[in-house]
Amino acid sequence: MRRLLLALVLLGLAGAVAFWFVTRPQSIAAGELPAHKPNLENGKVMFFAGGCAGCHTTPKQDDRMRLGGGMALRSPYGTFYPPNISPDPKDGIGAWTEANFVTAMVKGTSPDGRHYFPSFPYTSYQRMTFADLRDMFAFIKTLPPVSGRERDHDIRFPFNIRLSLGGWKFLYLDGRPFTPDPNRPVQWNRGAYLVNGPGHCAECHSPRDLLGGIVEARRFAGGPNPEGEGTIPNITQQALGEYSEKDIAEVLASGTTPDGDSVGSSMAAVVRNTSQLPASDHAAMAAYIKSLPPVK
Amino acid sequence: MIRTIVVMAAVAIGIGGVAAQSDVISERKALMKKNAQHAKGMNGMIKGETPFDAAAAAAAFTQWGETAAAMPKLFPDNSKTGGETRALPKIWEDSAGWNAQIAGFAKAAAAGKAKATSLEGLKETMPAVSKACNDCHEGYRAAQKK
Repeated sequence: MRRLLLALVLLGLAGAVAFWFVTRPQSIAAGELPAHKPNLENGKVMFFAGGCAGCHTTPKQDDRMRLGGGMALRSPYGTFYPPNISPDPKDGIGAWTEANFVTAMVKGTSPDGRHYFPSFPYTSYQRMTFADLRDMFAFIKTLPPVSGRERDHDIRFPFNIRLSLGGWKFLYLDGRPFTPDPNRPVQWNRGAYLVNGPGHCAECHSPRDLLGGIVEARRFAGGPNPEGEGTIPNITQQALGEYSEKDIAEVLASGTTPDGDSVGSSMAAVVRNTSQLPASDHAAMAAYIKSLPPVK
Repeated sequence: MIRTIVVMAAVAIGIGGVAAQSDVISERKALMKKNAQHAKGMNGMIKGETPFDAAAAAAAFTQWGETAAAMPKLFPDNSKTGGETRALPKIWEDSAGWNAQIAGFAKAAAAGKAKATSLEGLKETMPAVSKACNDCHEGYRAAQKK
């Protein structure tokens, strides 16, 4: 009897060690980043495509370049308070290395080795190229430093156990960068990259399962608004069949829909970012979105 | 028995309330539909899909101005729910903020009416109207209903 108990305890310990090993926070070493000369122009495009300002700007002021954090982001698990990502060395990310930034964006791991909550959409950002990420980081470093720390996340038990996020990542973070489809035009591939990578459109425009992961079979088919009331629309051809590519590009450029309505809700904040992208990128995203097969 | 009567009376009052509020809800919905139709027309002209029509532009800005003037009366306390309204509780919780949005819309409509007598004027003035629509729909209207 005692022996059986001991065996069980050992087995449990081995399981815990194995779980920790498989799900430990991963990082990217500086040595994995080849030489790169940052392109600030591209960094700015990536900054707006990534919608960083949507969650990280200081609330109750209009300057989209003040990334002091602290906005309340509601979710079924509690309220997240996105952090200060301004270049302030003490309260923001001013002291980060490029490897710290790339690690955060593609591995969802903080410089001090903790898992970030996936409210920070690294499941999408992991598709970005290292070059684009480094340009984005270089651009953020040119913005004004903002002092002050955001308050702690207010997440319900058991979702607040950071260690468990390793298991979540094991299920939903595949670590694969975007791979272009050689059978599709360059414009479509650019759109696919922007929509699935920096744009992280699917993060809201897809239903989520019980553990909060995107239901892949119904990617882009919309779902309940994770922030509260109403529904996030389906953006596959199931619902957007009557939208032309031009119509979709117009939504991204100005927030105006073909029937003269305005998108409103959380999409209004998204449009404040996408409106800053070049028209060629609106067209590319529209070409990709228009190609999404209907999903109910 | 008394309990049953009380419950039935409460239900009856509730139904009466729903009937009263659904009128104002459908009224404001109809106005919004008209607003959108006019916006669609103006956007078509700006994009060059349809030729500029001064009368249509004047009608659009007039209608938006009338909507802005009517709005404060179209959200009474008994119209918070029902009729598939997408109005968010924030309209009533933050009425100062909401009134400021309506005032902004009224101002954009009035300023635009004076200017939208040419295509150039329309192009210049329409973004302020679109911004007013989007700003208010951002915080005071729910994401799409199914």
